[in-house]
Amino acid sequence: MWKKIFDWLDERLGLVDLYKNLLDRPEPQGNWWNTLGSASLFLFIMQAVTGIFLTVYYTPSPDHAYDSINYIMNGVAFGWLIRGIHHWGATLMVIVVFVHMLRVFFTASFKYPREMTWLIGVGLFLLTLGMGFTGYLLPWNQKSYWATTVGTQIAGTVPFLGDFILKALRGGSNLSALTLQRFFAAHIWMLPAALAGLIGAHLYLIIKHGESHFPTKDD
Amino acid sequence: MPDNELNRRDFIKVTTGIVGGLIGAAIGLPAISYLLDPAFKSGGKEAWIPVGKIADMEIGRPYPFSFTRVQVNGWERTSTSHGGFAIRKSEDPKDIVILNSRCTHLGCTVNWKDDAQAFLCPCHDAKFSEEGMVLDGPPPRPLDRYADFRLTDDGILEIFYKES
Repeated sequence: MWKKIFDWLDERLGLVDLYKNLLDRPEPQGNWWNTLGSASLFLFIMQAVTGIFLTVYYTPSPDHAYDSINYIMNGVAFGWLIRGIHHWGATLMVIVVFVHMLRVFFTASFKYPREMTWLIGVGLFLLTLGMGFTGYLLPWNQKSYWATTVGTQIAGTVPFLGDFILKALRGGSNLSALTLQRFFAAHIWMLPAALAGLIGAHLYLIIKHGESHFPTKDD
Repeated sequence: MPDNELNRRDFIKVTTGIVGGLIGAAIGLPAISYLLDPAFKSGGKEAWIPVGKIADMEIGRPYPFSFTRVQVNGWERTSTSHGGFAIRKSEDPKDIVILNSRCTHLGCTVNWKDDAQAFLCPCHDAKFSEEGMVLDGPPPRPLDRYADFRLTDDGILEIFYKES
């Protein structure tokens, strides 16, 4: 009975092919350093899920942002857990993505034919940092307010364009409700959309080219 | 290899499935309770609100009172004002009618007018008797009553209030 249903679905969806190509790929000799990409993907999914849950209670307005997070931490069942995972997962994701990048660099896995995988990966790393930067402001506490003041100020030191970049980031000359709102929009819509798209391309290329062998002493 | 033994591949698959399931449950179940949390909270705080000294209330003359309640929804505080009239019918301290001053038509506040001997609503000229009955105007029903009240030992009239 179940087999019949599965066969019917498989014939139309190609489930077995999908499984073989996505999860049953041949791998070079196992190495834990090669799991960092999957770990990054897992963390991205965790951040997406917990982030979506946080928006249920979070309010991106200077009047309510701090109080709403206070409420998530103290008033909602398991709010501390959901925000805790999102908070620590963010730090962990930056670390894991960076170490993944180092691994690819030191094993020379970025070479032909994987140059595009590498370049897209660089984009993914920058987007991850962008997520960290925009997410840091959202609690709207002293630390996040001043960190963003400093961060945007640094971006503002670019020669000639600096003032324009600063205003574009802050949504004006000052850190204000507009800054919080645009950081929120970037954090939950623009950057995740770009991340998801580039992750798709990154994964496609990994499946297309397979994973690179670990270099031996002779290489 | 005998059939009843797990091979390495299957062991990895099963272990991955179990660990994945555990992680999923450890996060999924709290996540559900996080989402549904407001539905599990018992709303409607109750309180006994002091209205005034019974000694200050003249028999047969409506005694106005008002109070403010602060309702906390999540991180937002809303304060609402409530008001009413306590009317002693006789010397018996239990013989009291306590009316809500919110007009039953559209919610304006009614005022006691001595010369009319009635509660008048400024919005649509509704008129209520001292008992709260509709005498004139559009209201669909008499003024609401605070039915639960008590007297404290030092002679203070208190009404029972429950948030909706």
